[in-house]
Amino acid sequence: MKKALMTLIPIALLYILLFVLEQILPASSMLFVVLKKGAIYSLLAVSMNLLNGFTGLFSLGHAGFMLIGAYTYAILTIPLEARPSVYQYFDGGIIQFTLPVFVAIIASGIVTAVLAYLIGLPILRLKSDYLAIATLGFAEIIRAIFQWDKLGPVTNGSNLLRSFPIFKSVLFPFTVAGLCITLIVLLINSSYGRAFKAIRDDEIAAEAMGVNLAKHKQLAFTISSFFVGIGGALLAMYQTTVQAAPFRASMTYEILLIVVIGGMGSISGSCLSSFLFIACSEWWLRFLDRVTFIGSFKVPLLASGFRKVVFSVVIMIIVLFYRQGIMGTKEFSLDALYKFFEKRSIKKHKGEDLAE
Amino acid sequence: MEFIKTHLPYVLAGISVGGQYALISIGYTMVYGILRLINFAHGDIFMVAGFMMVYLSASLPLYLSIPLVILGTVLLGFLVERVAYRPLRQAPRMSIMISAIGVSYLLQNCAWYITGGLAKQYPAIPWISESITVFSATTKIVTIITPILTFLLVIALVLLIKHTKFGMAMRAVSKDFETSQLMGVKINSVIGLTFIIGSFLAAIGSLLYFSNYTSVTPTSGSMPGLKAFVAAVFGGIGSIPGAMLGAFLIGICENIIKDLGWTTFSDAFTFALLIIILLVKPTGLFGEKLIDKV
Repeated sequence: MKKALMTLIPIALLYILLFVLEQILPASSMLFVVLKKGAIYSLLAVSMNLLNGFTGLFSLGHAGFMLIGAYTYAILTIPLEARPSVYQYFDGGIIQFTLPVFVAIIASGIVTAVLAYLIGLPILRLKSDYLAIATLGFAEIIRAIFQWDKLGPVTNGSNLLRSFPIFKSVLFPFTVAGLCITLIVLLINSSYGRAFKAIRDDEIAAEAMGVNLAKHKQLAFTISSFFVGIGGALLAMYQTTVQAAPFRASMTYEILLIVVIGGMGSISGSCLSSFLFIACSEWWLRFLDRVTFIGSFKVPLLASGFRKVVFSVVIMIIVLFYRQGIMGTKEFSLDALYKFFEKRSIKKHKGEDLAE
Repeated sequence: MEFIKTHLPYVLAGISVGGQYALISIGYTMVYGILRLINFAHGDIFMVAGFMMVYLSASLPLYLSIPLVILGTVLLGFLVERVAYRPLRQAPRMSIMISAIGVSYLLQNCAWYITGGLAKQYPAIPWISESITVFSATTKIVTIITPILTFLLVIALVLLIKHTKFGMAMRAVSKDFETSQLMGVKINSVIGLTFIIGSFLAAIGSLLYFSNYTSVTPTSGSMPGLKAFVAAVFGGIGSIPGAMLGAFLIGICENIIKDLGWTTFSDAFTFALLIIILLVKPTGLFGEKLIDKV
């Protein structure tokens, strides 16, 4: 009971802080961009971590599943009166109903999960890098299908989908992503989660201990994709428009790098590094992209795109020398934090005692 | 006759792009054969070779810039191996693959920074960029040159691997990493040379490919790279003639699909082929059967 309270109070405090911040700061502040996008990327990174870090299935199909989620959400929620202008080349499309936002978000998760289940049936038999390249291939196939003209009445071909409901407050992505991440944490701490970790550590040993490999891999793949679909829906809301073209393999790589920086097999690491990654790329390192003069001295190298170069060098250093990432496989826990401060205060007291 | 006139250009383009994929895919198949690593950065090395040519030919004559491009690409391939893969030799395979993805990200961002993200016009190389007419179908000379050059290079490479001491060392390393090390094969130099050969062929591939498509962007390496990898898997990873055959097949099929008016699916087709191959015959056409031991 006390433990639950200890976790709930900081979370409640966080939400109150966010709420207060929103009242104080102007809505155009960079902080909110980082918080919104960071929360969405946390969910995406954690769901990738569930697959790559906890189950040991090296999947690179993230962008494809995000695309399914984003499209499902957008298609289901565009208001009826906006459809003729959005689907202007396809006579208003064939879907003539609108779902409420929350139903649509869950639907996008379910659609993604069902498709992932079907894709998983054949390809989860493949091992390590063959699995990686096959999932990458499926992501590309999905992208091509969504751009196909013949499916235009549903997907609007390669044109933009827009004017679906979006969120304004930072609290929305935090709540949805927070809920999903909590569910993933509960899953990982359950007996299923232990089976996943056993598969990651040694497939053959896990099988010998009675873990049904095919079933558990399929389960991890489907559940992870469910959350990726929801993440895709949130991303669609954040971007306000959806188009299939940007969902390339490089998007998957970005999320993979976030997971690696945070530490494969650490949920809190993934969240932390998502916020760091987004904050660095959207906000803190922006100055590297501007040509700057100090007096009449032109600071060398600073020009558009330099930020990303610095960024990728940092990533390479982490990949090469700090393979564990920020957290390794450890989790951030409030207990440890409390204990740390308790110890310090005890030491301090002791120090004072000695001084006396 | 009319039939040939409308469809021959597609087939010719297919054969030519197939040859260019073949030159890239040899780099993949050799590296995978030895290190069991999908070298995601290989496609980007190919892209960097394209940019080098753009910048070098702006200030230097062609007889200097072409050798310099090849030299620079080889150097880059060697450096990537030295800096990003060698320190991770004892690490799990997943880490090396992530490192490869990191290098690919780095190269693309560097290219973006240097070029400002704009597509660059590839210089026209005299003679091979000229047009000729084959059976009443107009095409560039490079289309005809590519398959011939590819064949010659592949034959040379196969001879090198079959009949030289270095080739023997390479085959030994790809069979068994540790044992060959115990037998006195200098693994690092063998791997270094593998990367050098791979990058050399990628440089030549990029000269031919971009003479045909004429514009280079920071991401123009990733799709040909992935397709070349699929070709390598199709032919049976580790097998050089297999990679070549796979590349030609993919190039031709892709262009026939474009001919049929399904351009949206020309990329997706490659991946569909990959998935079918992996499911039906995971070792590819000429691959050796691998047996998992506990």
